[in-house]
Amino acid sequence: MSKNPLMRTWNWIDNRIGYSDYIVPLMVHLVPDSARWWYIFGSATLCAFMVQVFTGVCLAMAYVPGGEKTYESLVYITNTAPLGNLLRGMHYYGASAMVMLAVIHMIQVYMHATYKYPREMNWMSGVVLLFVVLGMAFTGQLLRWDANGVWSVTVAAEMAGRTPIIGPTIAHFIMGGETVGGSTITRFFAMHVFIMPAIIFAGIGLHMLLIMRHGISEMPDANDPVDPETYKEKYEERIHKTGVPFWPDAMWRDMIFSTIIVGIILGCSLFLGPPTLDPPPNPSSINANPLPDWYFLWYFAVLSLLPPKLETWVILGVPILGFLGLFFLPMISNKGHRAPSKRPWAGGTVIFGSVAFLVLTIYGYKKPWSPDFGVKELPASVVGTDQGPLMEGAKLMHIKGCLYCHDISGYGGHRGPELTEIGKLLTRDDLIIRINNGGHNMPAFASSISSDELHLIVDFLLTRGVDQDQPILNGDSP
Amino acid sequence: MNSDQPTNETPCCQQQQRRTFLARLSIALSAVIGVIIALPGIGFVLAPVFRKPKQKWRKVGKLDDFKVGGFVLVQYEDSSSVPWAGITAKEGAWIRRASETEFIAFSINCRHLGCPVRWVDDPRLFMCPCHGGVYYEDGTVAAGPPPEPLQRLNVRINNGQVEIESGPTPLTLTKIT
Repeated sequence: MSKNPLMRTWNWIDNRIGYSDYIVPLMVHLVPDSARWWYIFGSATLCAFMVQVFTGVCLAMAYVPGGEKTYESLVYITNTAPLGNLLRGMHYYGASAMVMLAVIHMIQVYMHATYKYPREMNWMSGVVLLFVVLGMAFTGQLLRWDANGVWSVTVAAEMAGRTPIIGPTIAHFIMGGETVGGSTITRFFAMHVFIMPAIIFAGIGLHMLLIMRHGISEMPDANDPVDPETYKEKYEERIHKTGVPFWPDAMWRDMIFSTIIVGIILGCSLFLGPPTLDPPPNPSSINANPLPDWYFLWYFAVLSLLPPKLETWVILGVPILGFLGLFFLPMISNKGHRAPSKRPWAGGTVIFGSVAFLVLTIYGYKKPWSPDFGVKELPASVVGTDQGPLMEGAKLMHIKGCLYCHDISGYGGHRGPELTEIGKLLTRDDLIIRINNGGHNMPAFASSISSDELHLIVDFLLTRGVDQDQPILNGDSP
Repeated sequence: MNSDQPTNETPCCQQQQRRTFLARLSIALSAVIGVIIALPGIGFVLAPVFRKPKQKWRKVGKLDDFKVGGFVLVQYEDSSSVPWAGITAKEGAWIRRASETEFIAFSINCRHLGCPVRWVDDPRLFMCPCHGGVYYEDGTVAAGPPPEPLQRLNVRINNGQVEIESGPTPLTLTKIT
């Protein structure tokens, strides 16, 4: 019996709660000594989740779900509440970190084929967790209840509404009625704060339980494919020969990486701050520019680039098939090679997916398919003169909205073809027909442009790309 | 009671039968508890789905305030708002006085994915900021991904007031052919 009263107290508690009997064996369970820096992403995802739980609970102390009070409470948290800005930022960057880390963790597990026997259910529970995390990310983005939030819900409901037969039911369930309004935000709050976190807690519990049950996987060995008949025996044998205790031999790497992640979350929040709030959530305001947060921007781009016939199937198919494909992956291949060098298709899939994600995300930011409402008038330096019919034609290009979609020398949107050198490519008649009749994603302007206006615009366009180095003076047409 | 040792006169299978019965009883009772807990909640949460859509006439301005010409944006209260909705109870529509007696109104929701379309007066087009949908002034699709024309809303003139019939957000449905 120890003489130290502190030790005596601890021993009393330990004897009652069983810390040494239950927790310590879990902490020091043997892990393969090859499990090194590749294995840090799962624990970092858990660490980001802890950041989310704590900052989320704190934010909920001041956040008011419902109507315009929601927006006011967000403004209060951001501008007035002590440390509110920091907490909102940490919650935002924590969400980004969690999504990012969960995906990286999944890619690492996929590349090492850790989902093969006997860890199929580890993978399956992980896939469910990933989708709930994405659900958290989406509902969380909407709890930032500003103009963007209102329109994002509308878009989500419209997407769900495309489901055959039960579409309207799902859409009305999401909106909490026939329109986006007061019932919508309370619904999303309940999902984000009660339902999904409960599923995540349970999912993490199952995920951890399965890790304990089957042990941490070894690094893949190209000469040692998985054979369900003998795998478990071999693993047990090796782990007892060469394994190291998880705490502290393996866990210190997790701790270092998680510290870096939390540091980055804090740093981003301090230096970049939380996302700026848009105008208040008024569903009748049209000056909104709905954009999802970065992790869904690729999907937003996909929806813009699709041929309309495919659209409904992609809107609904990508999430459903994505989930089913990932979920049942271990059922398709649960034995054989684990080494990436023996699985070129796996590497190819990851590289293709990453490149597609990157390209589509960049597209999503640039939004070349949208009219550019903020485009400026063409300056005299581009037009070649500052007066006369040529300048009038250039002004009309702006007034009539041509520049919303067509770029001329760096001024204008990118929805339609660039017109910087159009004078070289099309004749006067071609241009008149195009503008009047429209065609292939260009509206017909015959009814909204007078004959004089049309000729001014066409005269101006015919000068594009023709003798650009000799500026036309006094507005004379060539 | 429990101290009775099972004797040969009370065969073990009687004990076994009792256990089986109690196990089944407990499972059945847990199902009953589950149903009692879940049903009211599920009903409460799903209620909005089964509510009949309400449509109400909402005043959007005096008749004299509307000039014959292009579209203007009007705001009115949603027909099925909750008491705490505040600003989120608003709904918007584009309305145009086509002649002395005729009004045309469209819901502001793009029929592609519901973003708010903007009326651009000079080219006389509705444009959507999200995915590049464009509509003519009669609501038909001019360009981009929308599969359907803009949703027309009913307008009436009542005692010198212009009224719009507010209703559910238009959903573009997938038709099974």
